[in-house]
Amino acid sequence: MTRIDLVDLAHSYNPQTQSAGEYALKKTSLTFAAGGAYALLGPSGCGKTTLLNLMSGLLTPTEGAILFDGVDVTLRTTEQRNIAQVFQFPVVYDTMSVYDNLAFPLRNRGLRGAAVDLRVREIAAMLDLTPTLARKAKGLTADSKQKISLGRGLVRADVSAMLFDEPLTVIDPHLKWQLRSQLKQLHAQVATTMIYVTHDQTEALTFAEKVIVMYDGAVVQIGTPEELFEHPNHTFVGYFIGSPGMNVLPATINGKTAVVGGHTISLPRFYGKPLASTRTELGIRPEFIRISENGKGLPVRIKRVDDVGRYKLARVALGPLALNVMVGEDARLPADSAGIVFEPGRLHVYVDGHLVEGSA
Amino acid sequence: MDARAAAGGQGLGGVTEHTMTLELRNVTKRVGSEMHVAGISLTLAPGTLNVLLGPTLSGKTTLLRLMAGLDAPTEGQVLVGGRDVTGTPVRRRSVAMVYQQFINYPNLTVYENIASPLRVAHIARAEIDRRVRETAGLMRLTALLDRYPLELSGGQQQRTALARAIVKRAELLLLDEPLANLDYKLREELREELPKLFAEIGAIAVYATAEPSDALLLGGRTATLSSGRVTQFGPTLEVYRRPVDRATAEVFSDPPMNFVAARIVGGKAHLPGGVVLPARGPLAGLADGDISLGFRANHLYLRQPSHDAVAVTATVAVVEITGSESYVHTIREGDRWVALAHGIHELNPGAPVEVYLDPYRMFVFGRDDRLVAAPNFAEAA
Repeated sequence: MTRIDLVDLAHSYNPQTQSAGEYALKKTSLTFAAGGAYALLGPSGCGKTTLLNLMSGLLTPTEGAILFDGVDVTLRTTEQRNIAQVFQFPVVYDTMSVYDNLAFPLRNRGLRGAAVDLRVREIAAMLDLTPTLARKAKGLTADSKQKISLGRGLVRADVSAMLFDEPLTVIDPHLKWQLRSQLKQLHAQVATTMIYVTHDQTEALTFAEKVIVMYDGAVVQIGTPEELFEHPNHTFVGYFIGSPGMNVLPATINGKTAVVGGHTISLPRFYGKPLASTRTELGIRPEFIRISENGKGLPVRIKRVDDVGRYKLARVALGPLALNVMVGEDARLPADSAGIVFEPGRLHVYVDGHLVEGSA
Repeated sequence: MDARAAAGGQGLGGVTEHTMTLELRNVTKRVGSEMHVAGISLTLAPGTLNVLLGPTLSGKTTLLRLMAGLDAPTEGQVLVGGRDVTGTPVRRRSVAMVYQQFINYPNLTVYENIASPLRVAHIARAEIDRRVRETAGLMRLTALLDRYPLELSGGQQQRTALARAIVKRAELLLLDEPLANLDYKLREELREELPKLFAEIGAIAVYATAEPSDALLLGGRTATLSSGRVTQFGPTLEVYRRPVDRATAEVFSDPPMNFVAARIVGGKAHLPGGVVLPARGPLAGLADGDISLGFRANHLYLRQPSHDAVAVTATVAVVEITGSESYVHTIREGDRWVALAHGIHELNPGAPVEVYLDPYRMFVFGRDDRLVAAPNFAEAA
């Protein structure tokens, strides 16, 4: 169990960096509590893998420091930091048995005999690898090989942290369910600091107690799954969390009213009058819009309805603005036009992309 | 984030009219003693989008390779437009293929990547230029034509690979899990665009995937594959709502479909642990005997959905959370069930939880695993 602090950490892959835009990771300060389960979530190119590689010691930062339990480890190697890592694609020794693969990190640290055997069998049982322990890794499916990689990352109990870089990419969807649950249960048992990098919201939100959402080299929000869903701090978080993401609509804000798509609606709180030079938007999730029974509400045209089995997704137009509305699997929708109602309290106001709380 | 509007409304003027049907007749592929696909018969109509849905090793890639002519079947025939092409190699067929790992030439610009199949075919320079620009417009790559693949995001690289496949105007467009390596946000976007694109190019599109949500969002027709066999082929929603057997239902459910064994006695369904479901909806009018009931995760409820629903107590195994929903994994009488609930529900592993079984939402399978009755969606409403 190790607490990890990032202090003004920044990284550029160009040694002659001139402008802030060249930083793959912009100046970031963060604390990972000892024994916590974290996810770094964001699209490709957002800097999450750079951050992970800085923490593991694969990269040396351009600026700033990394502390493990208060000790500066910025210039230490992965091995000196005592970190276990699992990568996107399997790293296994084909010619070794599954058992020897799992035992390798333990034997490498000088463990022998029962100490090795007990731990290998425990991890194998957890990952359903017990029947294959005696087999050579060669010839196993990609799924099984990645399970061995996971097992090798998890087998040592004395590591300071476990880092996972998109570990379930090559795993079949039906198996992903199983492995995600097992990882979560495992964290509950071992209480090691775990950091999990992914672009998949379900993996991130399921695994982590705290999710760190990254965008364009910076952290845009750190929160519990509920906070990220109900209270996105930034329009990017609203878009990226949820499928489909939050509707973000250009709007003119004035006190307790907003003009959106040519229609005036009232807001639950007071927002003053943002500067004309700023970009002002309303955010409302597809889950929190109702199609009204009696046609009341904002008038929309229904452009298309996608039936995706357990729900329907109505693609509607409010004047020139496109919105997604989620409706139940059994809902019958009017053919071409309808009224929509925003659930009170679910509407957010953003100025230049950032959430504005407003006042009562 | 959203440039998709730019793709709308652009037609592919001068596109070749495709009228060929692709037919597989009783096709089998064995490698050594291993059966990869067995006795598959499928007829794919021109201009249709067809999804091959199945888990890893169910035979999807084998089937695509047989359709392409990259491999020859051990038995059976492949017909294009009624003509037997079983022995015809891929280079003499009108086929384009897109793979999971997007393959582009790293030393060529996006423009030259898209143009490459046309250059190989010795098409006139002006015609190449016209078709490359048209296809780039459709795939929203116009602004990127001078870039090199490594300067592009994953989604842009995959769109380049798709553009190169489309520009050939092949009769048959085969896609092997083309979105599997992309961010889910890009997948969301491309899944919405692809059906429109396929409709515009008019070819037979065959799209292999392991993800039920891919099939549902793409629409079209779906063939479910299980252990090298096609278990069902029909309009996607129809297969989803009326799977002919248990294997099809399993392939077309993610998370996996929940099952419970039941015995019908005097019309009512008796479940392990003394739970009895009333003879409503699909459970009405069943003959006495052993059956199994299947229900999807979104139909196992944490709140009572209707007064006919029956509460049972299960134990929480683990809770998974997506952006807006929770997957509650439970164990009850040896069965593992998953409930999908709206909102974020944090429940502790090992804690008891009340879940509700709704007779109106049950799939009934006989002892031979064939479908006996399915939920009626109008009735359930």
